[in-house]
Amino acid sequence: MALLEVTNLDVRFALRQGEVRALRDISFSLDRGERLGIVGESGAGKSVAAFTILNLIAKPGYIAGGSIRFDGQELTTLKPKALQKIRGNKISMIFQDPMMTLNPVLSIGEQMVECLKAHRRISTRDARNIALNKLRQVYIPSPEKRLDQYPHELSGGMRQRIIIAIALLLDPDIIIADEPTTALDVTIQAEIMTLLLELCEKHNVALVLITHDLGVVSQVTQRTLVMYAGRVIEQGPTREIINDAQHPYTQGLINALPQMATPGQRLNQIPGAMPSLANTPPGCAFHPRCSFSMDDEGNPRRDCRGLVPGFVTSGNCHVACHMVRDLVERDPHDSGPSKASQGVS
Amino acid sequence: MIAFLIKRLFHALLVMFIISVISFAIQDNLGDPIQQMVGQSVPESERATLREELGLNDPFLVQYLRFAKNALQFDFGYSYFFNEPTTEVILRHLPATLELVAAATFLIVTLSVPIGVYSAIKPRSPLSRLFMGVSIVGISIPVFLTAIVLIQIFSIGISITPFPEDIGWGSWLNGLLSTEGGMPAYGRGNDLTHVFGTWYTNYASWDSLVYLVLPAISLASIMLPLFIRLIRAEMLEVLQSDYVKFAKAKGISMRRIYFLHALKNTMLPVITVGGVQIGTLVAFTILTETVFQWPGMGLMFLDAIERSDIPLIITYLMVVGLIFVITNTLVDLIYGLVNPTVKLTGKPA
Amino acid sequence: MTTTTPPVPSHWARFRDSYLLYSFKRDLVAQTCLLVFVSMVAAAFLAPWLAPMNPYDLAQIDILSSELPPFWIAGSDPSYLLGTDAQGRDLLSTILYGARVSLIIGFGAVILQALIGISFGLLAGYLGGRVDAFLMRLADIQLSFSTLMVAIIVGAVFKATFGGETFSEYAVVLLVLIIGLAEWPQYARTVRASVLAERSKEYVDAARVMGFRAKRIMFRHILPNTLSPIFVISTVQVANAIISEAALSFLGLGMPETQPSLGSLIKSGFDYIQSGSWWITLIPGTVLVVLVLVINLLGDWLRDVMNPRLYKG
Repeated sequence: MALLEVTNLDVRFALRQGEVRALRDISFSLDRGERLGIVGESGAGKSVAAFTILNLIAKPGYIAGGSIRFDGQELTTLKPKALQKIRGNKISMIFQDPMMTLNPVLSIGEQMVECLKAHRRISTRDARNIALNKLRQVYIPSPEKRLDQYPHELSGGMRQRIIIAIALLLDPDIIIADEPTTALDVTIQAEIMTLLLELCEKHNVALVLITHDLGVVSQVTQRTLVMYAGRVIEQGPTREIINDAQHPYTQGLINALPQMATPGQRLNQIPGAMPSLANTPPGCAFHPRCSFSMDDEGNPRRDCRGLVPGFVTSGNCHVACHMVRDLVERDPHDSGPSKASQGVS
Repeated sequence: MIAFLIKRLFHALLVMFIISVISFAIQDNLGDPIQQMVGQSVPESERATLREELGLNDPFLVQYLRFAKNALQFDFGYSYFFNEPTTEVILRHLPATLELVAAATFLIVTLSVPIGVYSAIKPRSPLSRLFMGVSIVGISIPVFLTAIVLIQIFSIGISITPFPEDIGWGSWLNGLLSTEGGMPAYGRGNDLTHVFGTWYTNYASWDSLVYLVLPAISLASIMLPLFIRLIRAEMLEVLQSDYVKFAKAKGISMRRIYFLHALKNTMLPVITVGGVQIGTLVAFTILTETVFQWPGMGLMFLDAIERSDIPLIITYLMVVGLIFVITNTLVDLIYGLVNPTVKLTGKPA
Repeated sequence: MTTTTPPVPSHWARFRDSYLLYSFKRDLVAQTCLLVFVSMVAAAFLAPWLAPMNPYDLAQIDILSSELPPFWIAGSDPSYLLGTDAQGRDLLSTILYGARVSLIIGFGAVILQALIGISFGLLAGYLGGRVDAFLMRLADIQLSFSTLMVAIIVGAVFKATFGGETFSEYAVVLLVLIIGLAEWPQYARTVRASVLAERSKEYVDAARVMGFRAKRIMFRHILPNTLSPIFVISTVQVANAIISEAALSFLGLGMPETQPSLGSLIKSGFDYIQSGSWWITLIPGTVLVVLVLVINLLGDWLRDVMNPRLYKG
């Protein structure tokens, strides 16, 4: 049985203008110690997915359907008190902007100790020792001093290390990291990512890494899930997705990587912009931007406009695309339009 | 810390200097002290001698320096009306005002924090809406009008009889709408307990404590809605912040999140505003004390204006200025202690 | 050249399509408040035509008919709808005339505050440096002394300088002056803050690069962009000014009883509350509260609409 099993998750926001469907029919699973990447442009619903796992979406948002099972326990219907016992303890989170994540008026020590005390019966002295130990694990210099410092006295990279240490405090089973390096200096990004990877491997912690950076995903994760307009459109082993993406959108993302461009040429862009979640196009949400959604005469294919594509299996990947379905049905051994089969190194 | 205190001290001296110049300018320009002292019947020649003796013909700067020298020794001259040193008159009236302000502050602090926090945590609950509605009405009622309404209801009493007495519930409903009155609404009462010096207190017995009730509620009524609205607005903003979400993700109890993580951040701007509002509170004591004939500094000040008792007016201004400077320094100090990003070195880190 | 530019929408068309009007149409509280406010202002300024009596005309006042209760209480006189005050003036007429005085002082004082505050705010924000430090320190000191306190002190000084009678004669002008001088820091701070925010934007740099003079940049380029906060605080300031006037009058530092404002009416009635004539003080009090309340509610609504950051309640 998988450690985390998300099935048909449906999240909506009840806004004044009407309901907005932020996540539709999301399913994925995560094994113990596995590292999963969730990729997509901003607004695709990645962060909503991350927050929904711990039922942390704020008020106008709510879970409209589906299930999230962690270690055999259903999280969507769990009482707040029981959920609180899982948050930070079994599943912990790392937020995007370390400058905003730590409470400015509480010392680092307080913010670490309170987390331990919330989940274990433990003396303050023991809690401080555990905190010190974790700070050492994330390579914070002179950790004793840091415990009594306040967030504003530390740099962004240092704060993100502390946040990672907080995430590891109770030896969780899963860490959900929501764009953990986006807000940091480019020079520090790689350091933090390497640290996160090292710690997850060492402690056998499963990682859900939310990012828009396919490069990071290819270095860190074993499996990848690509999201577009609130839906999963492709998922499978990271290596296969990077080397042999099936979905035209994933191919577009890979082609847009700087490594894929010829030096001196413009980067390859996907034409158009992602639709807002409030008005996603009918059928396959990607069809207005998709070069394969036209038939030979240049008319849009009826399927793409009218029908939400279901998943087809191609190799080890699951892809939601009408064209891929057609190809797979025509020739089960062919693996789709291998436009991007050069891969990324 | 020491640098902070020195800077604050310098600031305080500057403010006191400005107030003293203004006070002195008032003294120099207002009315004719000779007339106040000796009345109409004294001949002009005698007045001129008196004027010369008092140094009223000296140049402005000389007079100011004399004033400042005396002021530093807390000597502001004699009150025309009471015919005793103004500082003694002030000291006699100060305790009444301080006790009134203390009671009002107690009401403001104990009510505004829980109500503000509650209506931020549950912004859509009917109770929160009620609090917000009442507080905007509260802001719109001038403090003296609140006082008058309280006097009418609780001191004089009202009797409204819209229901006929002979139907079953009639007299009961009429009784519900009417009030007995009888709350004291005039002065401090006669059962004051002596503490020391000029300080007689209302707090020592129930009989004298009831005299505080209506004035304290009136004085609190103007600040309470302001603070409720401020605390709610700040708390709502803080609750949206990433660090509150992160605290939730850590599995901390909601109680700790609300009352430690969120409230501590909420209180920072509230403390700053609170410091400014202390001045307003003192201003409102003048109105409250006038309505209730509460024998404090505010009433004394207003009487002094009526009587053109200029030395007393000036002493009042200087004392109030001193109170502002002290409280503002205290508020800054508290702010610095609560907010770790402010190092008490004089400038924010 | 000019043929391709699209027609500039007229001010009316822009207003008609604005979010302001849209949300006004959907907000029952705002509509009611505006209706009440407009009718109160209209009634106050049409007082000479609407009021059954002229409280300034001594010939119409009959001391024998003093302290008559309003119409719903036994012992009332139907010709005095809301009863009479202690001098025998018709309370309804006196309230209408009094509201007019309160509104004139309120608006006058806010115009003066705005003139002083906006000029100082623009100067402080645009010039920065010592001018800024000096003006803002001044504003800080004045604010920490509280605007009402400053108004009381200035009022006391004026009264003592001019003497009671001269003060009464010019009370309207003096009160405008007192409240205007006491409350300018609010405007100055708001304007300075928005100037600082605007000054760093590119269009101001562009104007400076194009060689416009500081005055022109301030008034033609920066000021229009600070208008919405000015507009929002103006509503609150009018309410504050009316309350300040009432407070000063209540303390005897405002309008004399012969020329009553709402505040001095409340004051004159307060002396009779113990003898049971509650209406002389509480009816003008209610009018004052309703007037201030609708202005405050309109101000709240404006702040919600014009500042979307605060919108999510």
